[in-house]
Amino acid sequence: MKKFMFVNRKAPYGTIYALESLEVVLITATFDQDVSLAFVDDGVYELMKGQDTQGIGIKNHSKTYRALDGYDVEKLYVERESLEARGLSEDDLLVDVEVLSSAEMADLMAEQDVVLSF
Amino acid sequence: MLHIVNKSPAQTTSLHSCLRLAKDGHALLLIEDGVYAATAAVAASSGLAEAAQRLKVYVLQPDVAARGLAGKIMPGVTAVDYSGFVDLTVQHSASQSWL
Repeated sequence: MKKFMFVNRKAPYGTIYALESLEVVLITATFDQDVSLAFVDDGVYELMKGQDTQGIGIKNHSKTYRALDGYDVEKLYVERESLEARGLSEDDLLVDVEVLSSAEMADLMAEQDVVLSF
Repeated sequence: MLHIVNKSPAQTTSLHSCLRLAKDGHALLLIEDGVYAATAAVAASSGLAEAAQRLKVYVLQPDVAARGLAGKIMPGVTAVDYSGFVDLTVQHSASQSWL
């Protein structure tokens, strides 16, 4: 089993990256790999509570993050510095995550076999 | 002049360039990922808090709602819907999109 990390650095909806990342995460999970998701920079916005996309005609994919544990994807890591720069805390997020410092995130990234960046 | 910015200030320099080159009294409409610049917590670092003193700033409400930012927009920014977007383009002699 290899350690896969998906690094999410883009806000949802403005680009297709967030949705594409989610799709590849689900595919990877079906192959029984060790999957982690990291949210840094604008990627932390993907996990915001209260997303209502009715007005922009795009599917609200934020609910999919809540379904990840059904695919045994339970390692969600958020960089504290990225949250703080945006005035956000864990209470603003729609799933349980582990908040890491930049140094801790760096260590976690360094121990991966495969890193996929979105 | 109506300036339109659709990128997050953390991803591109579009907003910074716009704020550097927009003249006093111009209007700025933030759409798509541009709306993040208007959240109260980011307004200082994005330069928007200062810019709002000299520009009239608008956000597109459907983009605010989609991103879960309802209630997080800084005071002094006016929310508009799609028909308000159209009105702004009609009211100004020209529009400039900062892609």
